[in-house]
Amino acid sequence: MITALLVMIFLAVVLGLVLGYSAIKFKVDGDPMVARIDAILPQTQCGQCGYPGCKPYATAIAKGEADINQCPPGGDAGAKALAELMGMEFKPLNQEHGEQKPRAVALIDESTCIGCTLCIQACPVDAILGAAKQMHTIIASECTGCELCLPPCPVDCITMEPVLENSQSWKWKYPVYNIQNVSKA
Amino acid sequence: MELKNIFKFNGGVHPNENKSLSSSLPIARLPIPKTLVLPLRQHVGHVAKLKVKVGDQVLKGQIIAEADGNISAAIHAPTSGTILKISEEIIPHPSGLPDFCVTIESDLKDKWIEKKPIAWKKLDSAALIEAISSSGIVGLGGAVFPSHMKLKVNQNQSIETLVINAAECEPFITCDDMFMRETADEIIQGTLIAQTILQAKQCVIGIEDNKIEAYQALKKAAQKTSIEIKIVPTLYPSGDAKRLIYLLMGIEVPKEKRSVDLGIQVFNVATVAAIYRYLELGEPSISRIVTITGNVQNPQNYEALFGTPLSELIEAAGGKLNKTQKFIMGGPMMGFDLPSINVPVTKAMNCVIESSPELFPSPKPVMPCIRCARCADACPVNLQPQELYWFSKSSQLEKAKDYNLFDCIECGCCTYVCPSNIPLVQFYRYAKSEIIAQDKAKEAANTARERNESRLARIEREKKERAEKHAQKALGAQEKNSDDEKKLTIAAAMERVKQTQQENIKN
Ligand code: SF4
Ligand code: SF4
Ligand code: SF4
Ligand code: SF4
Repeated sequence: MITALLVMIFLAVVLGLVLGYSAIKFKVDGDPMVARIDAILPQTQCGQCGYPGCKPYATAIAKGEADINQCPPGGDAGAKALAELMGMEFKPLNQEHGEQKPRAVALIDESTCIGCTLCIQACPVDAILGAAKQMHTIIASECTGCELCLPPCPVDCITMEPVLENSQSWKWKYPVYNIQNVSKA
Repeated sequence: MELKNIFKFNGGVHPNENKSLSSSLPIARLPIPKTLVLPLRQHVGHVAKLKVKVGDQVLKGQIIAEADGNISAAIHAPTSGTILKISEEIIPHPSGLPDFCVTIESDLKDKWIEKKPIAWKKLDSAALIEAISSSGIVGLGGAVFPSHMKLKVNQNQSIETLVINAAECEPFITCDDMFMRETADEIIQGTLIAQTILQAKQCVIGIEDNKIEAYQALKKAAQKTSIEIKIVPTLYPSGDAKRLIYLLMGIEVPKEKRSVDLGIQVFNVATVAAIYRYLELGEPSISRIVTITGNVQNPQNYEALFGTPLSELIEAAGGKLNKTQKFIMGGPMMGFDLPSINVPVTKAMNCVIESSPELFPSPKPVMPCIRCARCADACPVNLQPQELYWFSKSSQLEKAKDYNLFDCIECGCCTYVCPSNIPLVQFYRYAKSEIIAQDKAKEAANTARERNESRLARIEREKKERAEKHAQKALGAQEKNSDDEKKLTIAAAMERVKQTQQENIKN
């Protein structure tokens, strides 16, 4: 009886120590839920969700402060993935935040640009190159299409150009075919 | 003929061969076309880097675009002439979308650039691979992977066996068959070169038992060599590299491994012949054999310069018979419908079939899957096509991936046997390209996240630096103030001293 008790107490102490140690040693930095939500968000960093970027929106969702359908670039598919992750009911995209648009990248009309650097300050992913009083240009491969550089431009020389499908980005379509009409048979 | 030491793979089908249609006439040569359209992307990998501009004169065999990096292939002028334009043109691709092409207006003189044969026997493997990287040679069996990359062997790997793929298992296609009958010597020479470069101990050619004439030609050419020629039974898809390796050697290449990991490298017959021509004769890859068959007057094989308009090839074959509605590039099992007949011949174009309702009746109505598992029996990769179908159809892409969707070679055996006429492969193609697109989007999102985070970190850092500067300035100002005060006190004290001194003097 006593031995059993001692063994149990010994085990409890040892396991407690191990658990306590690993809780400190293997502590996960930051909220893992935020990271998992952020991994689903499209990282356009456009702010249409009402937060200053994807990560802040992810944090708000994790805290239960924001709804899961506020990200227009993610669209319905994004809302669905978030619903699955959070174990919530799917809701279609809330149109108040904007519509889902086909992907586009910004293009600066280099002959009109006056080199004011305002667009550089607006770009969330540093996709614009230029210096004061020099012509600016956009690195198309890094542009997320957030449109944040459009409003600050004093001479309106930035436009959004849709990203067209080419033979490399082309996808096989979902098959369509005739099916047997069984009601006649 | 006896088939010994052959290891039969699971599944496979035996569709109507239809090969005799185009194999009765020898390979014909086409007159030089007036204009040639050369897509800059005719291979797997990076698009070739343009080396010419509009108006330039080029000679036959001159490089017009060079390989961009390792996984890329050069493009040469197939005949002499002038660069007419550099523009987007329709290419032979299932998308029907245009891509960048160089158009050459030929001067009909067909004048060669100075040919520079390479003394390959004197060079080491590395120098040879370097030389072949500007040959423009890619896998001519249809995979169009740059060949010099396949000749490169890592330090920690060594190639035991070189397999030459002469199976040509797809119905209708006879370009390799005819090429072997007529050019067996070049193929054997090329095989020996590849074997030397790879330092492979042995070499096996695998050929299906429906190509007796080609087999005999190869046998004769290989008489004095150690090359073994093995006959494999006619069973689609024996020409798939991993299936052929199994047939010949009984070795199964495991999932996510390549055959080179097991010391086996595979080349197509036309590819090794192209390597021979490049090294021995100094002729880069500028033409290939194309089978024109199906619903045309005279089905036949043609040696066509890359860039030749397909319409000219069809004309040469006597033109289409009536009722042709579409053109299939590749074979009936794995090919795709061409967007137009105004596409050029490319490195990947092994066969064009003119379709007709008699040859290819329109697909029968599709019925639900009855889970008969005939598709699973026919699958040469031992997949579960009915499950893949279910997951692809319902867009459960993760699940499809778990069921090894990416091991599917799109051979079409499952579609061929399905009693419910379900276009299974179309679903797999859809699911695969959807997954690839999603992965790309994920990658782009990750880059954007990183860039955004480093920008925020930079702004934060700058803010801190600015704050520090301010603080320092404020401190500096304070110090200055106190300095002034001290000076004032000192000055005042000095003043007082002076005054006392003066008073003392007065007294
Ligand atoms: S709306 Fe824009 S900023 Fe907000 S989560 Fe979506 S992409 Fe990110
Ligand atoms: S905001 Fe407009 S004018 Fe100013 S640098 Fe950018 S593109 Fe040029
Ligand atoms: S062969 Fe067709 S019907 Fe039979 S299990 Fe496969 S997909 Fe279903
Ligand atoms: S197409 Fe794919 S699933 Fe169908 S039989 Fe071929 S390898 Fe198997």
